[in-house]
Amino acid sequence: MNGPSPLRAFGGIARRELLRFLNQRERFFAALVRPLVWLIVFAAGFRAALGLSIIPPYQTYITYEVYIIPGLLGMIQLFNGMQSSLSMVYDQEMGSMRVLLTTPLPRWFLLLSKLMAGVTVSIVQAYAFLVIAILFGIDIPVPGLLPVLPALILAGLMVGALGLLLASVIKQLENFAGVMNFVIFPMFFLSTALYPVWKMQEASAVLAAICEWNPFSQGIELIRFALYGQVNWLALAMTAGSGLVFFLAASWAFDPSRRFRAGRTA
Amino acid sequence: MTQTSDPATMALAVQDLTFHYGRRKALDAVSLAIPAGRTTILLGPNGAGKSTLFSLISGLFAPQAGRIAIAGRDLVRTGAAALAPLGIVFQAQTLDLDLTVQQNLRYFCALRGMARREADARIAEELDQFSMGDRLTDKVRSLNGGHRRRVEIARALLHRPAILLLDEPTVGLDIPTRRDLIARLHERARTDNVALLWATHLIDEVDADDHVIVLHKGAIVAEGQPAALLDKTGADDLGGAFAVLTPEARAA
Repeated sequence: MNGPSPLRAFGGIARRELLRFLNQRERFFAALVRPLVWLIVFAAGFRAALGLSIIPPYQTYITYEVYIIPGLLGMIQLFNGMQSSLSMVYDQEMGSMRVLLTTPLPRWFLLLSKLMAGVTVSIVQAYAFLVIAILFGIDIPVPGLLPVLPALILAGLMVGALGLLLASVIKQLENFAGVMNFVIFPMFFLSTALYPVWKMQEASAVLAAICEWNPFSQGIELIRFALYGQVNWLALAMTAGSGLVFFLAASWAFDPSRRFRAGRTA
Repeated sequence: MTQTSDPATMALAVQDLTFHYGRRKALDAVSLAIPAGRTTILLGPNGAGKSTLFSLISGLFAPQAGRIAIAGRDLVRTGAAALAPLGIVFQAQTLDLDLTVQQNLRYFCALRGMARREADARIAEELDQFSMGDRLTDKVRSLNGGHRRRVEIARALLHRPAILLLDEPTVGLDIPTRRDLIARLHERARTDNVALLWATHLIDEVDADDHVIVLHKGAIVAEGQPAALLDKTGADDLGGAFAVLTPEARAA
């Protein structure tokens, strides 16, 4: 009988996520089509309507397409995080989550491994999107492609942890549709993904404040600054902090002493 | 009735285990001891508390009172590491339908810390034991219920567990497949010195030399070999003994 090995367990969990991803090729294309539609169709329309001033980290006027690139990277990660969450709810309903949760390793480690495996998949999607955007002629700083990696990882972990938390409280697959209305859409549209905070300020101070303190906005700003080789320390702290809070809450909710209260065993 | 042997020497020992779902008591001070190399049948009607007991032993739930020792190690004090000697076959199917048999089993081996070469050797060995060696690259979705069940049992044995928990493993299987699995598993308990804890409500899954624990309404109402249960109840067969020991369940 073998003893548990965290490294091998993580490898197994990551391979399973990758295999599931490769088995669902349409998921890969859907993940790319969604931001590309925003970039090519919506951005073309909004470009005329939304004038952008020079705001950090940009040092000159930029096109709307350039502005929304970090937001669309965030969109890929947000949808991927929710997809992972959906897959966990499915695993719980189908019972395969029990195999993971009865592994002789700490539960927080198993959840973190699952989270990191999901983020790895989202990084592949994000870079595929960046390459396509560059091929479409969007002015993306190529030297920024490397420093943006840790920002993508951190932002991916934050939204993935939120997905884990949701998976711990959603009892049935059918209830997941509500997540679209109450989590994904507000999080995306009340963020700096599509317009800067000062634009929102013109419409409503309250909405602007929500936009500014939305953890998803902070993740996007982290990515935006990293693409230009800069660190936005507030965004870094907020993304890491909110990710940690989401993860701790998910680990708490997955604790065996609380599971039966949610009406399920795994 | 609930007397147990020294937990340190038993493959699995449960002492005074109590569990409530809200205000409903699911287990009431349950104590049992499972020795190595023997099959222990946990016999009880639906709703007796068998699955709750298994969820507690496998760490999916945390005990509210009482203790569980797996190979002498206290589950609460040791944490997840105490689960290492357990092999578990859940009542519900737990294979990933979209992966192949091999991918499912390799995933399990990785979770249990096995290197790829060792994992592949063990997978081939166990699948052969259950006559499934030729289905390695088939998607689980394409297997019938009996074959999926065989794969699940083979998976539970891959890491050579000291204790095998089987929660109604033959549910939904046809009679020949059930007989085949029952014989194979009893044989494995003897040859590999595995402690088998087999939850069921089906009398015909019990062998004459099995140790039977009858669970009813969350409490152990009788235990011993089938012959001892017949003596105790005055019944002619184990079905009759079971009916005497769980009267309300039969009436329901």
